[in-house]
Amino acid sequence: MANMPVSEMQLPPHLAHLLAARRLTTAKDVLSLPEVELMAVLDAGLPTARAAVAHVSEAACPPCQTALELLEERVRLGGGGRLATTLCGLDEALGGGIPVGKLTEVVGPSGIGKTQFCLKLATLAALPECYGGLNGRVVYMDTESKFSSRRMIEIGQNSFPQIFRQEALAQKMAGRILVMRPASLADFTKGLEQMKVTLLQHDVKLLIVDSMAALMSLENEKATAGFRHHPLRWALSFLKSIAEFSRIPVVVTNQVRSQSNDDGYHFSFEVDRKDGNNCAERFDSHLVAALGIQWAHAVTVRLVFESHSGHRFIKVAKSPMSPAVAFPFIVESSGIKLLREEGIDVTGPEITSIRCQGQNVLAQ
Amino acid sequence: MASDGDPPVLAGAQNAWDMLSEEQSQKHITTGSGNINNILGGGIHCKEVTEIGGVPGVGKTQLGIQLAINVQIPVEYGGLGGKAVYIDTEGSFMVERVYQIAEGCISDILEHFPHSHEKSSSGQRKLQPEHFLADIFYFRICSYTEQIAVINYLEKFLGEHKDVRIVIIDSVTFHFRQDFDDLALRTRVLSGLSLKLMKIAKAYNLAVVLLNQVTTKFTEGSFQLTLALGDSWSHSCTNRLILYWNGNERYAYLDKSPSLPVASAPYAVTGKGVRDAVSSNCKRVRVM
Repeated sequence: MANMPVSEMQLPPHLAHLLAARRLTTAKDVLSLPEVELMAVLDAGLPTARAAVAHVSEAACPPCQTALELLEERVRLGGGGRLATTLCGLDEALGGGIPVGKLTEVVGPSGIGKTQFCLKLATLAALPECYGGLNGRVVYMDTESKFSSRRMIEIGQNSFPQIFRQEALAQKMAGRILVMRPASLADFTKGLEQMKVTLLQHDVKLLIVDSMAALMSLENEKATAGFRHHPLRWALSFLKSIAEFSRIPVVVTNQVRSQSNDDGYHFSFEVDRKDGNNCAERFDSHLVAALGIQWAHAVTVRLVFESHSGHRFIKVAKSPMSPAVAFPFIVESSGIKLLREEGIDVTGPEITSIRCQGQNVLAQ
Repeated sequence: MASDGDPPVLAGAQNAWDMLSEEQSQKHITTGSGNINNILGGGIHCKEVTEIGGVPGVGKTQLGIQLAINVQIPVEYGGLGGKAVYIDTEGSFMVERVYQIAEGCISDILEHFPHSHEKSSSGQRKLQPEHFLADIFYFRICSYTEQIAVINYLEKFLGEHKDVRIVIIDSVTFHFRQDFDDLALRTRVLSGLSLKLMKIAKAYNLAVVLLNQVTTKFTEGSFQLTLALGDSWSHSCTNRLILYWNGNERYAYLDKSPSLPVASAPYAVTGKGVRDAVSSNCKRVRVM
């Protein structure tokens, strides 16, 4: 809508001519200018500039829907708009599963099980609907070369033995999972752009990016001057728009980094608290999610994978629909398995913290 | 509006006494939490722009949705009986949650007004979650151009829908952090938007609520959290409420207001929506 050409807007002729003469060809051109500047460019008076802005705005504005219409649309499209993870407690907490049309983030220290989770989701999405799948293709963008087809088939065979026992079916399921290995951010960007077209054509039902943080670490963020073509932001908007317009779930994994003193996590009016808490917090091995606070704002659902007290937990850290709960889990041959279907309630900001104690999380 | 019949001294001016009586007769939009209502002087004010900011996950969208529902509380139950415009720039509007919050609001109304069956049957019929959802006008905005377009278009839209009493933008920040190369232009565009929003609030007697994200700023020798969009934007709103974590509880801090002192109040997000903090709070989820 931003690039809607002025010529298609059915403006009154004198306005259309004026805008065309001044080379203001899209909605974005007209609306990016403050009123006074528009008057200068058009060399016209205030009423004309205002009329132009009003007409262009009305044309470029997306259509209005009531929330009831949204609900009816959601019901009509069926499936509850979720991809069930088959981890019952987690599915219940999330209102059915991973939401469709939104960006879900899986964050945690290395080796904890993020890729295992993604492999399970990929298998699930490829399954036919009678087994709870989405019966579609999956695009798996593997930036750290962690995708293992052998492991995925093992997960499939152990979770759904009846399907995977038949080799032809196993081949068909595996054939639906398309793995891309972008070597750089430029490759990733190209891959995504290509995808916009192919997604609908090829019935892709799930997009997984494992991991986002690895791509970003390849680029030196601080080196890019100012805001021009900031790669993370572009990728972020693009992923969100793919999720929404193709109506598929998008799952992105993220890494962690250790907390530095520079992590401002208090407002100016909280200054008194800061000094008191700092000492205690420094002793805990707290980690923070990579990619920054802007990314944290933009994802709709955030699942934190962490380990402490000898167990691993999946925490629902951010979700518009869910209580703050944590589930202990283990990784076994059929993928991730919850040790408790009822979540443990977690109060306060602890739900968003990520812990990784010195234990070797790979030892099982 | 001279109260004693004398011709006005300045055309277009209003004297302070008249303004005060007008303000006192204004209804406020309840936030769902009595504590937050108190620090706000009764609730969100109409004819004013209120900015609400906070870290991810603290409850900004929850509060936004709660206000879109609460503005619709019928007049006979102490509300404004108005409609809502919800401008979603991030895609965080989850319609099942809106339904849940509507149900929570209705159940609270019926709890406080147990004799409502004695009132007119049409009043009862209005208390269905579907009706609440039908009175929220939703715009999904995907770029800053569309954000500018929708705010410009609002004047015409509000002229056609005179019963809208609140406009919520969730969030006002998202697209302006994405791809604005020219920061000076961004500041000019944002100030143009904020003037327009203030004008709309006054002209149509509604509340404008802008949800904002946080960013870090280096001040006084360390990094601190602050609301996004910069210093010039921080002048644009009449009221500012910051949502933050204080220990294990969610708090709201009134950071800016023309007439009220700064204050904090605890609140909670429950299955029914935003409510006062109680000792045990848990959100229940219902799969639809």
